[in-house]
Amino acid sequence: MEQRYVLLENVQKVFDTRSGRFVALRDVNLTIRQGEFVSIIGHSGCGKSTLLNLISGLTDSSGGVLVCAGREISGPGPDRSVVFQNHSLLPWMTCFENVYLAVERVFSAKEGKADLQRRTHEALALVGLEPAAHKYPHEISGGMKQRVGIARALSMQPKVLLLDEPLGALDALTRAHLQDEILRIVAATGCTTIMVTHDVDEAVLLSDRIVMMTNGPAATIGQILDVELPRPRVRLKLADDPVYNRCRSEVLKFLYERQNRPAENAA
Amino acid sequence: MTVVKMKTTEPKKGDKEVAPAPKVTRPVPAAAVTAALPAPVSHVTRLLAMGLGWIVPPALGLLVFVLAWAQISTLSGLPGPVSTWASATQLFADPFYQKGPNDQGIGWNVLQSLARVGMGFGLAALVGIPFGFLIGRFTFLSRMSSPIISLLRPVSPLAWLPIGLFVFKEAQPAAIWVIFISSIWPMIINTAVGVTRVPQDYLNVARVLRLNEWKVFTKILFPAVLPYMLTGVRLSIGVAWLVIVAAEMLTGGVGLGFWVWDEWNNLNVEHIIIAIFVVGIVGLLLEQMLVLVAKRFEYQG
Repeated sequence: MEQRYVLLENVQKVFDTRSGRFVALRDVNLTIRQGEFVSIIGHSGCGKSTLLNLISGLTDSSGGVLVCAGREISGPGPDRSVVFQNHSLLPWMTCFENVYLAVERVFSAKEGKADLQRRTHEALALVGLEPAAHKYPHEISGGMKQRVGIARALSMQPKVLLLDEPLGALDALTRAHLQDEILRIVAATGCTTIMVTHDVDEAVLLSDRIVMMTNGPAATIGQILDVELPRPRVRLKLADDPVYNRCRSEVLKFLYERQNRPAENAA
Repeated sequence: MTVVKMKTTEPKKGDKEVAPAPKVTRPVPAAAVTAALPAPVSHVTRLLAMGLGWIVPPALGLLVFVLAWAQISTLSGLPGPVSTWASATQLFADPFYQKGPNDQGIGWNVLQSLARVGMGFGLAALVGIPFGFLIGRFTFLSRMSSPIISLLRPVSPLAWLPIGLFVFKEAQPAAIWVIFISSIWPMIINTAVGVTRVPQDYLNVARVLRLNEWKVFTKILFPAVLPYMLTGVRLSIGVAWLVIVAAEMLTGGVGLGFWVWDEWNNLNVEHIIIAIFVVGIVGLLLEQMLVLVAKRFEYQG
């Protein structure tokens, strides 16, 4: 296992807006081990999605070094696949076709059609959606759509899986269910994962480490918390676990004592 | 419908739980639900009432129109509904006769007009849709062409006719040219707008997958733009059909516009009124046809 699989050094992001330069992120330093699950948490506007976009390459950094698996990050690519908040499935394709598009792009150089189809079915089976393969996105629920998004991202066998508030748009029950699914999938694939979230329980339940961001503008990493809970983790057992509750209150303290909500600061 | 419900029916059993989808197919007794409802009003009566709501108002509208027409005809000397109907039954009894170049059945006239519209509109689509994609995709091109489009679009279609006559030296291509130039704008503009409205999320997917330009076009751009494009096509065909009568009046040859003018020269006013109805009905059919096509390609996000 590589210790410095994803490496961010003095990363900063400056946007040129009409009212001048806006420093969104500064001095971000972070190393992530191979196979690690890292959450990025913070109040809205703290640049956590921007940070994820920098790692995905969808946004260019304004300074600093970003490295993934020994190669500098320049532009997006299927080795860092993204699960978007609003699923971003193409509505004119079935679930199968949506995943197949990704599989075909990554593996068609080396594999025949039968293998590509097998990979697609496997990816859908991993998220438990094999029976809905030939449905269109508008025919399935929000939670199922997001699972297809996860299947699409995983089907590319990425080096790093990037989750951009993947469960933010779902209701609480579906969200809990999908968190369990993500736990299971991550355990099964061992994929290095970076997830942006604003849900404290979600972060503690899923992560090996939680990266807490200070408020913007010019946001940076305020604190990093190790979640020393053994895996596999079971939601119901964790409720009374002292480690779980200590982690949880630590994140809450960071968010609501040290980094009060921006709205309250303004008031 | 039942699929949406599955969110709540998903069992939460833990790690090994697989697709809950079989539950989806469980026959939720939709029919039973409606049957169980207290139904003092029978199904048939409800359908009947609904049907009446859709049939009575338009029928009433048409009746008022015909009565007003009859009234106006007695005052102005225009042919009334009855004499027009009699004339129409005669005319449509033999729609495809041919007695020399200037005297052909109504069917031939309609077909000739449709052929011209098809040619002019087809060429406009061939040029306008790709051009729309280009200016939608490249801001530079869009800014470059926008003054020209804004300048030429409001020009009355018939103003283009002399240019066509001068260049082509013949009436037939000049008429097609007029159709072409007046029906091209909605297709360019709607396609371009469609391209700029492609959700950024879809393009981000393309970027993460690093799809090549061709795949981006066929898998993302084209399907996303299609509904906009079809709206443009519908507007264009409307304009083309609007313009054809005027263009044919001026250029002659077989066609509805020429026929109207010819019947004016014969002072056969019944036929002119019939022509107006024919133009309207054919235009309506073209429009409905494209609405059906557009429905086929609608997608739900």
